[in-house]
Amino acid sequence: MIVGNVVCPFCGCLCDDIVVTVEDNRITAVEKACTSGRSLFLNVHTQTAKPTVDGKEVEWAEAVDVAARILTDAANPLIYGLSSTASEAQRKAIALADLLGATIDSTSSVCHGPTTIGIQVEGEPTCTLGEIKHRADLLVFWGCNPAESHQRHFARYSVLAKGKLTPGGRRDRTMVVVDVRPTLSTRRADVFLQVRPGHDFELLNALRALLKGQDLDVDQVGGVEVARLQDLVERMKSCRFGVIFFGMGVTQTGGKHLNVAELVALVAELNAYTRFTAMPMRGHGNVAGADCTLTWQTGYPFAVNFARGYPQYNPGEFTAVDVLARGETDAALIIASDPVAHFPRRAAQRLAQIPTIVLDPEMSLTAQVARVVLPTAFYGVNAAGTAYRMDNVPLPLKKVVDSSQPTDEQVLDWIIEKVKTCSA
Amino acid sequence: MLGIINGEVYDPQNGINGEIRDIWIKDGKIVSADEVERAEAEIIDATGLVVMPGGVDIHSHIVGAKVNAGRKFRPEDHRDHVRTRTTLTRSGSGYTVPTTYMTGYMYAEMGYTTVMEAATAPLVARHTHEELEDTPILDKGVFITMGNNHFIMDCIRKGEREKARDYVAWLLGASKGYAIKIVNPGGVENWKWGRNVEEVDDEVIGFGVTPRQIVSTLAWINDELKLPHVPHIHAINLGQVGNARTTVEMMEALEGRRAHFCHLQFLSYGGKPGKRLRSGAAEVARAVNEHPNITVDVGQVIFGPATTMTSDGPLQYRLHQLTGDKWLNDDVEGETGGGVVPMQYKRKNPFNAVQWLIGLELFLLIDDPWRVYLTTDHPNAGPFFRYPQVIKLLMDRDYRAEVCEGLHPRAKKGALLPELDREYSLYEIAIITRAGTARALGLKNKGHLGVGADADVTIYAKLDDKEEMFARPHYVLKGGEVVVRDGQLVRELPGRTLYVAPPYDPGIERDLRAHFEECYTISFDNYPVAPEYLPHGEVVPCS
Repeated sequence: MIVGNVVCPFCGCLCDDIVVTVEDNRITAVEKACTSGRSLFLNVHTQTAKPTVDGKEVEWAEAVDVAARILTDAANPLIYGLSSTASEAQRKAIALADLLGATIDSTSSVCHGPTTIGIQVEGEPTCTLGEIKHRADLLVFWGCNPAESHQRHFARYSVLAKGKLTPGGRRDRTMVVVDVRPTLSTRRADVFLQVRPGHDFELLNALRALLKGQDLDVDQVGGVEVARLQDLVERMKSCRFGVIFFGMGVTQTGGKHLNVAELVALVAELNAYTRFTAMPMRGHGNVAGADCTLTWQTGYPFAVNFARGYPQYNPGEFTAVDVLARGETDAALIIASDPVAHFPRRAAQRLAQIPTIVLDPEMSLTAQVARVVLPTAFYGVNAAGTAYRMDNVPLPLKKVVDSSQPTDEQVLDWIIEKVKTCSA
Repeated sequence: MLGIINGEVYDPQNGINGEIRDIWIKDGKIVSADEVERAEAEIIDATGLVVMPGGVDIHSHIVGAKVNAGRKFRPEDHRDHVRTRTTLTRSGSGYTVPTTYMTGYMYAEMGYTTVMEAATAPLVARHTHEELEDTPILDKGVFITMGNNHFIMDCIRKGEREKARDYVAWLLGASKGYAIKIVNPGGVENWKWGRNVEEVDDEVIGFGVTPRQIVSTLAWINDELKLPHVPHIHAINLGQVGNARTTVEMMEALEGRRAHFCHLQFLSYGGKPGKRLRSGAAEVARAVNEHPNITVDVGQVIFGPATTMTSDGPLQYRLHQLTGDKWLNDDVEGETGGGVVPMQYKRKNPFNAVQWLIGLELFLLIDDPWRVYLTTDHPNAGPFFRYPQVIKLLMDRDYRAEVCEGLHPRAKKGALLPELDREYSLYEIAIITRAGTARALGLKNKGHLGVGADADVTIYAKLDDKEEMFARPHYVLKGGEVVVRDGQLVRELPGRTLYVAPPYDPGIERDLRAHFEECYTISFDNYPVAPEYLPHGEVVPCS
């Protein structure tokens, strides 16, 4: 059986043109996907996995019972992850956090969390990816390397895409990359500005000054000659439709959210000359969805705490790394992410010390230190659901092959019911 | 089974004006007295209380991409405005942009049971429906933005009205929408070039069509498809001094076809462009009075914080330049655009004070209450939970005079409002908040208490202070279930999502596949919102 128009849940591009061949409930071929997407579809296993408690296989009812008890007994439980699960499950996770008075945070807090804070300061002039495909003649990639992280971005949405006003594709666009080192993406660029690490804010600030017609009394800023910055400003002012895509090279380097606010201010000011937009290169398949669901249910996109019975937001106070590293968390529910593999050591160690529950189709590093492991279906491969693309366009994830595993949404529903009876 | 007895009933659709009546309810509907076993029915004694149908809001921004973007970038709006979780209800936060659960609870506590989300780009309608499912109690619908749609504008240029009609029918079904929404026709497309439209006959760049053609074509399509509502129009030049002229021209461009003009206050500005704002309410109200094909809602300004959010991209950029506050813009491929900018309306700001006056003047100068409705274009001119204050302003001219006192002196000079003595009656309030809106929306089972109507009922204490009276009803029933009792929310139910599914020539899908290949970054097959997204969906028939 051949299934077309499958949405790949791997990264924020959510390419929705994947063609998957299924034989005997196994995926045998994947067309159009990038190497990451192909590998995702080909390696999802379909054999039955049982939940475990303290390493021993148990029935689902027992595992859910233990998980619910851990969470109700905890004083400061943490729910974390969310970026690789469907929005249906994210909504349940938030409901559970509300019920428990827990802290809830998504992987945004260690990638584009500063983007959110920058947007809360300065705003967000943006658009959907189709606008870039059809209109943009100037593409600036700042602190990101889509050639390796979002492999089909250039072809589907940006550099190579042929649109209404850009029928020549690559020929009709100028590509600028700002980064601290040469990458596969910089090799494709017409202009590469190599900024000294940690100097992105200065560069953005200098561009704003030049845009306002101010003279700079230095020869270079952040390792880039002023003449080249002046050239970039002229390109920005004179293009038809411009965009800055930015990644963690902007959000996780010195200055963090201030860099984003400065970038947004520059983009907003450029609209006095032409149309200009900005877009964060969101990483995980549904990390944008985690922002969306958390926002409509709590008012805030990450770093939310319900201990007072209502949502409070404070990055640094309620972000997962911080509550773990400070030792405040006494139980954790990790959904579709692997913090032990990615967090600073002290935060990761805390997850091994406290009772941790993991919902994941894969046996992650976090699952290996967890007390309760709940192996769930893989959204977009063996379960249907919804994911939000990096530009917040929602797409339907398909069930391509069957699985006997329950979904994150179902398991979270069971835990919610159990917690309600525990607390009653 | 339930009976509401001895209440003072205001049911304008059935001509009942404050008479003492009993209302009987069975299986979620209003029934006649003889269908109910009185011994088994719960009785609510409404002696001395005012009974009305549940409120029906014709235009409010409560869910979807723009609203959520507004929530996300305004934490300062939420911090001091929170709602604590109870064993029955979810927690929430937000003042001008509350979270979904909180929105459902607050509307219900104010006696409203049906609310229409005023604008969604079809590309992101799936998001809107996810949020609607998380908005409890209320029955809801979504208006789908079409005034800058490439496929429609292409059809108009080529003279293919019938194809545009089939497309609109398909699009409403695919996005599970309720009505055609038109926002700044052509102007939002031009904004993608950094431009706008200023006249009804200006050209849309790259399409060779005009705002007049877009509006008249969609009005024709609306009649052809027999949609329950009419085209819901946010006209050109919104917020611009001197726009009263183009607003009236837009009404005339319809050539007698039916349409609804939303948040008319923002479109009734007199004075000369670039000069000081004067009220254009008299001119626009006269046009409304002369055009029986037109209904309007006001978008009354409420002094205090607001969040402006529209699909009108160039307007939002202008507001950003005006206020210097943070600016969110979102252009949507081939369909529309949008933006969000925080706002603060002040009595002592002469521009804001005139905006406030214009809204009230429209209410008082438009003769037929069946054609003018109460909105604040939530959260653009103010939050929805301030409707009771507007009701008090309409019912109490002394209160009006009192608020007028505090306005900027330049705004008061020569203002029309102090001359207007009209006071709305309870009967008229029932029209502009439920009976009229339900009729305009084509919701036959809403906005009245006749046999067969949905048992959405609100019961108020009869108080002299009308703001207090309408802010906290004693009882609210939704589909026959008591959701508010003694002013307290006692029950959370899911609400329904109402949508239309007009028939179309399936041949259109071949053209659409080609259109999607060329214009969209998602495939045709992944575009429609599947019925699974609307577990409480209900089709409203077209006829």
